[in-house]
Amino acid sequence: MAIESVQCPSVELSKIAVSETHGENSPYFAGWKAYDENPYHEKHNPSGVIQMGLAENQVSFDLLEEYLESNQEATSWGKNVSGFKENALFQDYHGLLAFRKAMASFMEQVRGGKAKFNPERVVLTAGATAANELLTFILTNPGDALLVPTPYYPGFDRDLRWRTGVEVVPIHCESSNNFQITPDALELAYSHATSMNMKVRGVLITNPSNPLGATIQRTVLEQILDFVTEKNIHLISDEIYSGSVFHSDEFVSIAEILESRNYKDSERCHIVYSLSKDLGLPGFRVGTVYSYNDQVVTTARRMSSFTLISSQTQFLLASMLSNKEFTQKYIKTNRERLRKRYEMIVEGLNKAGIMCLKGNAGLFCWMDLSPYLKEATKEGELEIWKMIMEEVKLNISPGSSCRCSEAGWFRVCFANMSEQTLEVALTRLHHFMDRKRSK
Amino acid sequence: MEVALNNNHKFLSKIATNDGHGENSPYFDGWKAYDANPYHPQNNPSGVIQMGLAENQLCFDLIEKWIKNHPEASICAPQRGFDFKEIALFQDYHGLPQFRSAIANFMSRVRGSRVKFDPNRIVMSGGATGAHETVAFCLANRGEAFLVPTPYYPGFDRDLKWRTGVELIPVVCESANKFKVTLESLEDAYNKAKQSNIKVKGLLITNPSNPLGTFFDKETLKTLAAFTNEKNIHLICDEIYAGTVTNGNDFVSIAEIIEEFPTICDRSLIHIVYSLSKDMGFPGFRVGIIYSYNDTVVNIARKMSSFGLVSTQTQHMVASMLSDNDFVDNFIYESRTRLAHRHDMFTRELAQVGIGSLESNAGLFFWMDLRRFLKEPTFEAEMTFWRSIINEIKLNVSPGSSFHCHEPGWFRVCFANMDDATVMVAIERIKSFVLETRMLEMKTKAMAKTKKQCWQNNLQLKLSSRRLEDIMSPHSPLNSPMLRAQN
Repeated sequence: MAIESVQCPSVELSKIAVSETHGENSPYFAGWKAYDENPYHEKHNPSGVIQMGLAENQVSFDLLEEYLESNQEATSWGKNVSGFKENALFQDYHGLLAFRKAMASFMEQVRGGKAKFNPERVVLTAGATAANELLTFILTNPGDALLVPTPYYPGFDRDLRWRTGVEVVPIHCESSNNFQITPDALELAYSHATSMNMKVRGVLITNPSNPLGATIQRTVLEQILDFVTEKNIHLISDEIYSGSVFHSDEFVSIAEILESRNYKDSERCHIVYSLSKDLGLPGFRVGTVYSYNDQVVTTARRMSSFTLISSQTQFLLASMLSNKEFTQKYIKTNRERLRKRYEMIVEGLNKAGIMCLKGNAGLFCWMDLSPYLKEATKEGELEIWKMIMEEVKLNISPGSSCRCSEAGWFRVCFANMSEQTLEVALTRLHHFMDRKRSK
Repeated sequence: MEVALNNNHKFLSKIATNDGHGENSPYFDGWKAYDANPYHPQNNPSGVIQMGLAENQLCFDLIEKWIKNHPEASICAPQRGFDFKEIALFQDYHGLPQFRSAIANFMSRVRGSRVKFDPNRIVMSGGATGAHETVAFCLANRGEAFLVPTPYYPGFDRDLKWRTGVELIPVVCESANKFKVTLESLEDAYNKAKQSNIKVKGLLITNPSNPLGTFFDKETLKTLAAFTNEKNIHLICDEIYAGTVTNGNDFVSIAEIIEEFPTICDRSLIHIVYSLSKDMGFPGFRVGIIYSYNDTVVNIARKMSSFGLVSTQTQHMVASMLSDNDFVDNFIYESRTRLAHRHDMFTRELAQVGIGSLESNAGLFFWMDLRRFLKEPTFEAEMTFWRSIINEIKLNVSPGSSFHCHEPGWFRVCFANMDDATVMVAIERIKSFVLETRMLEMKTKAMAKTKKQCWQNNLQLKLSSRRLEDIMSPHSPLNSPMLRAQN
């Protein structure tokens, strides 16, 4: 950055601006730095760092490209670009109706038709990042608490807390029961928050879970819903990975539970979704808040003015997602390819003597290196993490960055690379484990 | 499927349940009237004409032509010549380098290339709406304030205050000196804040101004820069209408001030908000920009941009378009020319019926002086008159009170969001209204005089009757809206 004059640091910025809550100064980002400085390339840099810390879905782009090839007019602005002006001028925060209908329909298809979605409840935001922050502004006051099961997506610390002033209180989950959320854990987190004089406003779950790569079971969802109802608080269900479940019948959305209860008490429930993971389009910034609470829908819609989706992108995706032939094929094929990748990585890790949590969704696996830690502490975990980064040249995410209460777990992404690269990564890990065992 | 609403007021946050969204104001009546009865030349020629929306619709032909000739700018086209996957995956909050370069290039050319912008200081946001909120989050704490000259864009009340908890303190500007911002009014506002124990963190100006359509002269900009430097507060310049100045060479950006007078102000206090919504006519594409001379603000605003990044599909298209200098230079020139033409058409026609407006040469609107049409110089009278403009004249214009104008009787009238034919219809309606009002005034005066004279002698009575007959002719405005409004 060109700095033309010496800047006096005397002018005051806000507390939010100088706080560290954006989260980027954590040691976790050292891995990213290592990757940026020495990125793996099959031909040009075969000994570089392989990025396994990025939960991107790159396995189904051919399907998207194929769709664009065969639907040019529908996705551009028509013959003679006649639709351009209307599209460029459209800034209504309700969003393009055709796009909302397409999103609602896509969300239904992802859930195998087991739940219905009303386009009038779809509020559009520029990504799930914005959706989660927006909901937090609507449901909480500064200093209030949201309960979030650990381990959780590291970005939540910024998205939920930074500008809103809310506190995130962890619901501790343990490997002994596969990190499932229990009523005891919920109660413990709630009491902990209230003992610190925080008003608990809601529970935020990610289903399927990031970083666990597993869906939440129906019985657990029912328990969580009962818990929030009893405490009269909100439930946010981030279902951003709902289309990445390997077997469609293994995912239960909160939408299904609510439908089965005839929508009783549903005004406390809100779903967050995005096309960043299922469709592999994080650059397009397509997020949504789906709320069963009318006032939340109205307010969220007004707030979405700060973070609307480009009408150009709404137009393109409305066309794509309302093409049922495309969406059915995509959802099915995407699942299969992700499942294959998952099986490949788990098999490879097993061969290397590494176990993973049994997963059934997502773009990553939850790897257990706890038997190999020098000490069962965060330091022990970071030590092995550093070794893997420097010796094995793999950037993976340490569980501590996900606030995991047990040391030694790592999130390893598998869908953001080619199969060949994955093979290379697994081979490297295999050799590393061999060396470790022979010592 | 719909669930009955049963919400305890405390179930949602304070932000969610207060009026900070700004939509409970009476001004929405104008929008409602338009939505319920929108003008259409064939289907609804007596409908309400929308003159409350500051959109720039004058140059879409140029853009459409460019798009047709440049299929590579669209990610959907097979000739795209780049990797769709790369664009779709790119979510780096720095933004595509080519996007930042193109925006810096465009911003420079809009200012006649008199000043250069560093692409590394370009930060994205969800439209200028998102930019303003982000800047407020970066510069001020809850309860602290920005000074804002009145009249100002109503959206600021939401954008700067709603979720941030920041206050806005008006710097009152008056028609007597053409609504210019004076040092006196700045000091006045600053001191009022101090007395109320409110910490002022910055001054926000819109240059060119919405709703005035004027831009700041060099001396005033220097004064503002010196003022903010002296108080050690930030200076935020919303230059969203920079490309709408009819004579581009007259416009002075704050960027030029700090280049030409580097010692006038610590540049780490200076921040520019920009967008493509007005200059290009792309409000739907949500291309908001924060350009700060403060490294920390660039850094933090960039992190915050995660909450409102520009779609890479749009970044890519904009990058292609705005790095085409032939297109850009021609577009800027044509847009200015067409806006000037519209502006002159309005001024000329309305001058014919004695309607004045603030002398201006920027923006997508007029600041029209309708003070003499108010029954009394109050905001109540302004609202009453406004309602009659909507309901009787069928024009949705924006009353000055919605812009926090200190004086009643001023109205913002947009002119760039319609075609030429609709402009003529709108002008005719205004002219008819003025003529009818004049006739009514004459009639009212005459009737008053007649009443006064009716007990006088016969001759005088005959004369008065004749005068009355003249006025009560078939052409008299018995159906004047003003008459109905008064009843």
